[in-house]
Amino acid sequence: MVVSCEEVWREISNYLEGEVEASLRAAMEDHLRGCKHCTAVLDGTRNVVQLYGDERMFEVPLGFSHRLHRRLEENLPGNRRSFLGWMVAAAAAVLVAGSFEVARSSVFSRPELRSEHAQPGTGVPPDMLVIVSGDGKTFHAAGCPFIHDKAHIQTVKAGEALRQGYAPCVRCMKKYLTA
Amino acid sequence: MPEEVTSLEPPAKPFNEEMLIQRIRNGEHDLFYELIRPYERRVYSAAFAILRNQADAEDVAQEAMLKAFKNIRQFRAEARFSTWLTQITINEARMWRRKEHANIMEPIVDRQDEEGNYTPRDFADWREIPLETLERKEVRQKLAEALASLGEKYRETFVLRDMQHLSIEETAKALGISTASVKTRLLRARLMLRDLLAPGFGGSWSSKLFLAKGTKPW
Repeated sequence: MVVSCEEVWREISNYLEGEVEASLRAAMEDHLRGCKHCTAVLDGTRNVVQLYGDERMFEVPLGFSHRLHRRLEENLPGNRRSFLGWMVAAAAAVLVAGSFEVARSSVFSRPELRSEHAQPGTGVPPDMLVIVSGDGKTFHAAGCPFIHDKAHIQTVKAGEALRQGYAPCVRCMKKYLTA
Repeated sequence: MPEEVTSLEPPAKPFNEEMLIQRIRNGEHDLFYELIRPYERRVYSAAFAILRNQADAEDVAQEAMLKAFKNIRQFRAEARFSTWLTQITINEARMWRRKEHANIMEPIVDRQDEEGNYTPRDFADWREIPLETLERKEVRQKLAEALASLGEKYRETFVLRDMQHLSIEETAKALGISTASVKTRLLRARLMLRDLLAPGFGGSWSSKLFLAKGTKPW
């Protein structure tokens, strides 16, 4: 079987999905070996699928999850509880509200660092974009080889990372620590 | 831990998800937060794919989650919860657009004939690229811009299949179209994106100046 460039383009998506029958696949591969244009189209299309399929392409606005939960809290009925359960919940709510007040009143104090070995990053420009990861304790410059848990990274401003208790990576942020 | 960090992958133990849904139905409403946590980003991105506006996508994502809670009894265990949730989000986003933005014109590419063959515009050589480039914000930005420039039917299909990793059948069901249409739209979406990206990105990923102003199609 011999296939034309147009036929290759028409089937390129199915080819990447592994959904073309063996004889057509063989004919396409035969064509691709001798056709630079179709090889370029195949490579590029594969890159598109690979890049967009990466989790890092999903970015949500900062605070999205918090606002979503707040909206749900306003609208979801609470758990069905006993009277005692309600009393316990009310007491817990008072405690939580109290702790928020305490936290707010100490807004100018230094946040608690996630790592006992960390240094506070006072020299880091607060608007610089840095990378944090879910389980990590430090923030990094993009591309730093010491980023932990690369599957769950997020880009935030350095000021926000500091506020959340992340500490600057002592390797990629070194210049800000010694400054 | 930052609140946005949630996994796109389905939970490791679907049994737990089933159990959670059952307990929520029985009145433990607080467990709903746990149920949706892995899907928060997925829902937002599905809404954004249709609306292309952060504020609208966030509102719709919230509406979709509320609707999922209110209709949790209608969820049937034979479907995946993630697919059901995506379907609700797509419907909400479409309704939102009809209601709020009925006067917005769709991009010109949407009027293209879906059935006709798609011919690549050029044959720029786009070699293998390291996925680490995605850590660069400007790269993600260019990819997002290219996606946003596609017509809606191509964008929706591409996002559900290639970004949210729904199957062809699930994508068809979520969009209310045939599997043949999903395949056709997917092919065109992928080829259009390649056309948009290959000339700018091909062969120059390692250069800091690879997106020099005025030389690229965007």
